Amino acid sequence: MRRMLFSLAAPVGAFVVTIIISSIALMLFGSNPISAFGDMLGHAAKLETQVDILNRATPLYISAIAAAIGFRMNLFNIGVEGQYLFAFLIAAQVGSLVVLPQVFHILLITTVAVAVGAAYAGIAGVLKVTRGVNEVISTIMLNAIAISGLIAFLQQRWQAEQENFTSTTLGTNPIEESGLIPNINGLLEIFTRDIGQGKELTGMLIVAGVVGFGYHFLLTRMRFGFDLRASGMNPFAARAGGVPPKQMVVAAMVLSGAAAGLIGLVELNEKAKFSPNPIKGLGFAGIAVALLGRNHPAGMIFAALLFAFLDVSAGILQNTQAATKEIVNIMQGIVLLVAVIAYGVTGRIQAREEARATAEALQETEGRVTEGTEVAV
Amino acid sequence: MTAAIELTGITKRFPGVIANDNVNLTVKKGEIHAICGENGAGKSTLMKILYGMQSADEGTMKVYGDVVNFNTPNDAIDRGIGMVHQHFMLADQLTVLENIILGAEPTSGGVIKFKEAEAHLAQVAADYGLTIDPNDMVETLEVGERQRVEIIKVLYRGADILILDEPTAVLVPQEVEALFDNMRELKAAGSTIIFIDHKLDEVLEISDSITVLRHGKTVASMANDGVTAHDLAELMVGSELPTPDTAESTVTDTVALEVQGVTVKAEDGRDVVENINFSIHKGEILGIAGVEGNGQGELIDAIIGTTDVSAGSIDLHGVNITKMSVRKRRELGIGYVPEDRHHEGLMLDSPLWENAALGHQTQAPYGSRWLINRDGARNQTELIKEQFDVRTPNIDVSAHALSGGNQQKLIIGRELTSNPSLLIAAHPTRGIDVGAQAAVWEQIRTARAEGLATLLISADLDELIGLSDTIVVMLRGRLVARLAPEDVTPRDLGAYMTGAATQNTDEAA
Amino acid sequence: MSKFNELPAWLRWPIYALLGILLLTLVQIISDTDRLTRVSTSREMLRWAVPIFLAGLGGLFSERAGVVNIGLEGMVILGMWFGAWGSITYGPWIGLLIGIFGGALGGLLHAIATVTFNVDHIISGVAINILAPAITRYLSDEVWASPTTSPATSTPDRYDLPILGGGTVGGWESPDILQSVAQREWFFVSETAELLRGLTTNLHFVSIVSLLLVPFTSWLIWRTRFGLRLRISGENPNAGEAQGINIVFYKYVGVIISGGLAGLGGAFISTELSGLFQGGNSAGRGFIGLAALIFGNWRPGGVLFGALLFGYVFGLDLKDLDGTASHALLLVNTIVLAGVVVWALARKRISDAVLAGLLGLGAFYWWLSAEAVPGWWSNILPYVLVLLVLVFFAQRLRMPVALGQPYRKGGR
Repeated sequence: MRRMLFSLAAPVGAFVVTIIISSIALMLFGSNPISAFGDMLGHAAKLETQVDILNRATPLYISAIAAAIGFRMNLFNIGVEGQYLFAFLIAAQVGSLVVLPQVFHILLITTVAVAVGAAYAGIAGVLKVTRGVNEVISTIMLNAIAISGLIAFLQQRWQAEQENFTSTTLGTNPIEESGLIPNINGLLEIFTRDIGQGKELTGMLIVAGVVGFGYHFLLTRMRFGFDLRASGMNPFAARAGGVPPKQMVVAAMVLSGAAAGLIGLVELNEKAKFSPNPIKGLGFAGIAVALLGRNHPAGMIFAALLFAFLDVSAGILQNTQAATKEIVNIMQGIVLLVAVIAYGVTGRIQAREEARATAEALQETEGRVTEGTEVAV
Repeated sequence: MTAAIELTGITKRFPGVIANDNVNLTVKKGEIHAICGENGAGKSTLMKILYGMQSADEGTMKVYGDVVNFNTPNDAIDRGIGMVHQHFMLADQLTVLENIILGAEPTSGGVIKFKEAEAHLAQVAADYGLTIDPNDMVETLEVGERQRVEIIKVLYRGADILILDEPTAVLVPQEVEALFDNMRELKAAGSTIIFIDHKLDEVLEISDSITVLRHGKTVASMANDGVTAHDLAELMVGSELPTPDTAESTVTDTVALEVQGVTVKAEDGRDVVENINFSIHKGEILGIAGVEGNGQGELIDAIIGTTDVSAGSIDLHGVNITKMSVRKRRELGIGYVPEDRHHEGLMLDSPLWENAALGHQTQAPYGSRWLINRDGARNQTELIKEQFDVRTPNIDVSAHALSGGNQQKLIIGRELTSNPSLLIAAHPTRGIDVGAQAAVWEQIRTARAEGLATLLISADLDELIGLSDTIVVMLRGRLVARLAPEDVTPRDLGAYMTGAATQNTDEAA
Repeated sequence: MSKFNELPAWLRWPIYALLGILLLTLVQIISDTDRLTRVSTSREMLRWAVPIFLAGLGGLFSERAGVVNIGLEGMVILGMWFGAWGSITYGPWIGLLIGIFGGALGGLLHAIATVTFNVDHIISGVAINILAPAITRYLSDEVWASPTTSPATSTPDRYDLPILGGGTVGGWESPDILQSVAQREWFFVSETAELLRGLTTNLHFVSIVSLLLVPFTSWLIWRTRFGLRLRISGENPNAGEAQGINIVFYKYVGVIISGGLAGLGGAFISTELSGLFQGGNSAGRGFIGLAALIFGNWRPGGVLFGALLFGYVFGLDLKDLDGTASHALLLVNTIVLAGVVVWALARKRISDAVLAGLLGLGAFYWWLSAEAVPGWWSNILPYVLVLLVLVFFAQRLRMPVALGQPYRKGGR
């Protein structure tokens, strides 16, 4: 119970600090924070907005899991950004080339996306274990290569091949209906009312749920997850305990990239193609969500919802003019930075507390002073 | 005459532990004063307080009669106190000169006057009869040289009170002699030396006065005059020091581990382990003696499988394991107690039951190829806790919350309860208290009686002699001697370890 | 070879550079382009290289103090905004100072998180990279009523160096030696002079400062008390602390200087390169700066060399609309990779040799089979280059020993 309160203190505290700092920022430029936050909350109370929030939270959550898989073994996959965009592009192109029965068509597109994401992330993994190249640098470079090189190249190429080239046909050819995961408005409407404004709740929400559960099961129940966490906690102890370090690095990168491959499918299902201006930045935002949610499958749900709420709120702020909409990005940045600091501080307090409690418990049961000054805090 | 150092009523608490409890210490000017006590008695904490690295919760410190209050090492340095740390405080990629002048750089306008620094260094070195090349990179130096750099570093800053924190821990007996010669010269030049050690013969040889700490308290302070090792030992542990003593031999004829012609190359292509041959039988403990860094670590790595061998073969019960993964070897029954439990043994931030599973997570009761059996793992951990007397309120606390001795008992427990056929034990009792030490010895001996083959590596030569059925000595990657523990003394071992004595290598192999 | 490695760095890097120019000259003989050694190419190279170099040098100060700084990108972005705002409000010179200040603020934030609160360096860097663009968008929107662009900025006048670049000194117009050499058509010498003209004429104040920062930083790092203490903070902070050095102070200073330099690089981008603040114009230069730092083995001269190399590839691309110069560069790649093969074979590193050989053959085949290369190739070439350098030389690099490790005073 105490533990629970402790782990809640940091994110809640971070959120409060964020509200305070962003209020100051708003007031500095003559906006009223109360009316701004009021507009945001009022907007979010609407069912249609909530659909928007869920649609936004879905890719953020998947992206966060992709990053978290790496973080859990102290592997920094900064390349989720490039992996998902690249996977999105290839999956959209492959999906547009064929028409198959729905199940197979969807499976094909999903498989391609997962495979491309996994393979692209795998490069960084292989470079790390065979050549000692730090994954942070290599994934940053691979991001640039994918985004400013390969994607630009393939887009040009495919567009050049298209007949009747107009602005509406930009991007890859559209995917037939059979390749798209249907929306799940029906599911939502069982509990609520009809969803208006032509909003559709993405079917990828269910996929995100499955991925989240899979991540949880992997970490807590599977031997591979144990090995993964052990490598993150202490790679040397893990190696001595039979965990093959090189295979683990490659496997974790591949798995992380596979999850990253799913991110773009949310937009793919919505637009049925890879447009010239796909939503970018989900990879970096996912890292933020993972950090805010402490790589915990449930924690990341809340973090993804918070980030999605802030993203979606930008629209209403622009409409009501209560504040500059960019404030929501500032809030995301601040909450992240304050939270990681707060986690560090509470983590240390918790460890000290635990050492003290353990020593005390022993003194009570044995009535003697325990030896050893080695308190590794 | 006022004392150089006078500490009164020093108390320092850490969460759950009182490291120093009302400690008193008086060191006269110009003497060598030994502070002894077993691991965890609070010696290092006391010295860190005296050197300003930590502050005491209670108590007063006087230097040459003046009450002082140190907040940083700088304050201590200003008072002429210098400390040589047990773990060398040197930057490998800096030169000797840079390491020495650090913090006391002669400068003009912020620019270091290297020429002047070098001249001053040469002067200091000459005054105390110590030699060193100031422009060597520290990474190229041997252990003894590094220690010399540390001592010069302190002298360079004009310290006349030197704290040496377990300086002999990393040295072989012959190097210890050289260090003691240096210490005598320093004393002759007027320095006061505080010398921390728990090897009693060394303490008796070099010190003028002795203070004994136990459980964070001063239990005695006396002149080195008619004191015996026996007296000191009793003061240190409150009872007689235990020594390991193997009962009758349990060695069988069945070979458990066969190592043939094993060679391991370092990254730079050097042979760090060269053509090693030995075998261990069921029920046998084979001890390897050697100065640290002579290839023992790499040999262990090769047997457990974390390093590749470049030549030779390793067979476990007739199965060639030379190319097997660590995991396969583990599954075949190799238990491993690593040299440094924090480095290779534990996940400090994970609960005890997960730590117990580490290394055995693919096997019952901890898990299987695919899944982890949480209940099985927890039950097994409870069992280890009972059988091996791991003192912990429950098995969900993080490993870092346990004392060093209990952490070690957990490791020994998890390895021995997994029914290994070969145990690799590197320094199994390093840094743990006496009670836990005796328990660990007892457990290894019991397993040996049940047919366990053990490869023991230890810097504690008494432990090595007391536990082993056979002792081999490793020097520069080779086995240079094979000895029977019954007729060998620590001093003999030291001679072989440094190459001062040699044995026919055919016999060794 | 080993003798060569013993030469001081200030001699070695120019020799590498001359070898590179020689290679370019030779390749140009059999190619359809003369752009490889044109002054416009080297001028573009420098314009690209300056912000990369400043970011990389910033990284050097931070990482020498033991703090990994992937937040450089964010600090460059802060510098871009603050530099633009400063130059619009107070003129070009104050603009640069305010740009430095903006980047330094980012550095301060990174220092607070990593040094005081012991947040993982990569995590803090990622947070800053997320926060910085958000802040600049917000400020832009509030100040200029547009989240992505500012009005035009102003920048100081440019200079020609006297004698080497025909600059004027006190009214006296000095001769332009390099230009006259460049016009002689002496093999290799003229090409070298032509390329050097890009570094001596039409120079921005910040470019001159950048070039001067190389010897200055070397002196600061290796000759002064500050430098020694900064280095111990990254090599073995506990040893420094034991000698009474305030490690926290040096880490803070290192990271703040880091941010300031990155900020200057950002201000250079928004005031000189693009002439306005525009979101996204940092174009990952902070990250590339980090790559230049690694490429340059955490040494000032190496960072400059790396920045110029990356700047060359980017700069060449800008003047190479038909892709012929980039095509010729493929041959350069081939020859360099062949050199790597020889180097690897001499060291008996067979896998390196095979890998380099295959890559070299690929580049050669491409060169043979195509007349020009598409634009996207030059876009990614610098990044590929970084990866290749890391692939072949990662194990030879010597980073500060305690880089990225948490430090707590008193070892707790």
